Amino acid sequence: MELLYASSVGVLVSCGVFLILRSRTFPVVLGLTMFSYAVNLFLFSSGRLSLNQAAVLGTSTEYADPLPQALVLTAIVIGFAMTAFVVILAIRGRTDLGNDHVDGQVPDTKNHNNDNNNKVKV
Amino acid sequence: MTQHLAFLPVLLPMLAGVILLTSLFGKNITSRRVTSVVLSTITFLVSLALLLKVQADGTQVYAIGEWSAPFGIVLVADPLSTLLVSLTALLGLVCVLYASAGDDEKGSFFHPLVHFLILGVNGAFLTGDIFNLFVFFEVLLIASYALLMHGGDKRNTRAALHYVILNLVGSAIFLIALGVLYGVLGTLNMADMAQKVALLQGDDVYLAKIGGLLLLVVFALKGALLPLHLWLPNTYATAMPVVAALFAIMTKVGVYSMMRVYTLIFGDEAGELSHMAQTWMWWFAMATIAMGGVGVLASKDLRKLTANLVIVSVGTLVALVAVQTVEASSAAIYYLAHSTLVTAALFLLADLIGRQRGEVADRITAGPPVAQPRLLGVCFLVAAIAVIGMPPLSGFIGKVWLLKATLDAEYTFVFWPLYLLVSLAILLSVAKAGSTVFWHHQDSLIESNATESAEQSRVHPAQLAALIILIAGAPLMTIFAGPLSEYAIGAASQLHDFNNNINVILSGGH
Repeated sequence: MELLYASSVGVLVSCGVFLILRSRTFPVVLGLTMFSYAVNLFLFSSGRLSLNQAAVLGTSTEYADPLPQALVLTAIVIGFAMTAFVVILAIRGRTDLGNDHVDGQVPDTKNHNNDNNNKVKV
Repeated sequence: MTQHLAFLPVLLPMLAGVILLTSLFGKNITSRRVTSVVLSTITFLVSLALLLKVQADGTQVYAIGEWSAPFGIVLVADPLSTLLVSLTALLGLVCVLYASAGDDEKGSFFHPLVHFLILGVNGAFLTGDIFNLFVFFEVLLIASYALLMHGGDKRNTRAALHYVILNLVGSAIFLIALGVLYGVLGTLNMADMAQKVALLQGDDVYLAKIGGLLLLVVFALKGALLPLHLWLPNTYATAMPVVAALFAIMTKVGVYSMMRVYTLIFGDEAGELSHMAQTWMWWFAMATIAMGGVGVLASKDLRKLTANLVIVSVGTLVALVAVQTVEASSAAIYYLAHSTLVTAALFLLADLIGRQRGEVADRITAGPPVAQPRLLGVCFLVAAIAVIGMPPLSGFIGKVWLLKATLDAEYTFVFWPLYLLVSLAILLSVAKAGSTVFWHHQDSLIESNATESAEQSRVHPAQLAALIILIAGAPLMTIFAGPLSEYAIGAASQLHDFNNNINVILSGGH
């Protein structure tokens, strides 16, 4: 179980990082979502993985650590809010800048100009 | 009532934000402004009351819901955190006052957002639980995202997108670090973690080290330390100046977290892991100072100049944190208060100067003269002397103190020349900026309609009051340098007093 769990977290992180490094906002948002899934899974495992154990004290002799579960809940809620915000921001960026590139301009391969003032297209 | 005082700097801004969000005021902007100013004044007064109480009775530990540490979440109000809370509340008051002159109408919900930001920052300063620190970071970040977009244009959207994506990745890394640390230490209370770090054995030591250094990455991102500082100049320069002035406290949250985590948890008593981040912080801080100096020289407008000054001040603070002695920490505390006030003042000044110069705005080129050269010139002179660190103002005291504090540090032969060279760079560019803006006029532009618009954009009384409060910080911090430095030394020695910290926090303040 540990191997499966660890590798799924690893695959999610690597997919997430790959997508975050893309140049369009939509893959970046997807990458952020995947990354936060991976983080939630990872955070959950910090209380150690166990089977058939309740997180409530007093109902059994063996119990799972309840704290990471609470932490994951908090992290999921915050992650949702932040994803919603970044989606809205990406849409606004698409309308304001006229394209969905993270830099607000699709780079011109011939004449690569890094001047910030020239990057914003109307 | 007084036993709940430690919680009020977090609770009051939240209530203020909620009250200002309601439709109680309808479209009546004046009553909303008055309420906002009054509420932020109350927050400031309560923070001061907490500061006095901490001075009189020692550290206050507030266990939320009566769940005592390490099981529940505690708020720890010690001299350092209460000083920063008061500073935040003051800055919030000033920004609300300044924005009441008209900036708050350029977008929606300015006042509630400012109060929510203060809630997040105060919470981050007061909390004694590292997961709670994450939560308050998120609170202040989401408020800052929205404030960044306030009254923004297209360039603003781009800067905000970068800022949001970077910070989301930062939050994810923060959670990974917390997961690693919780998995190894089994606790999230900072005092309890500090106790358990020393007991680690075998591979757990390396895991804890990974967790601790991942935290450094996160704090470096929030504080804008060198490889992760690139978001700052664009973000601060495209945000509205009043928002940028408020953001002056936000990089300090990162620095403060470093101070806490690497002095308390990974400090003197951490066994194998003691001072593990010191070398990293030291060299990255140096590089940040150098980079900030280059940025200051290259800045083409006043807002970018100030943003680069923020980077220099962050580098300086982190270098002081890396030294990890009582003297360096007390110098850092004094310098932190000074640099926050002065950079905020410079952002506001850049805004006022920009408004009075028509289309040239705050660019450092010859243009139409400002409408009120005496007022703005004197304010700029005071702020410039303070930020450069020339005698007689607070910057000079801070600079001498921090040079003295780093005298015995390991690599001081790198720090001193570098810091003094960068100070020279700051002196040159601020002097050039000031003389160009106030003395070099382009005659062809004077006759145009610039004078009319300049007449309209004379400094509003609320703006003037806000600016004066900030500018007055520099002379006041000089006049009261004695009590202030004593306070800073007291706060720093408490920060470094490991056993006292642990005992006070884990016993619930008794």
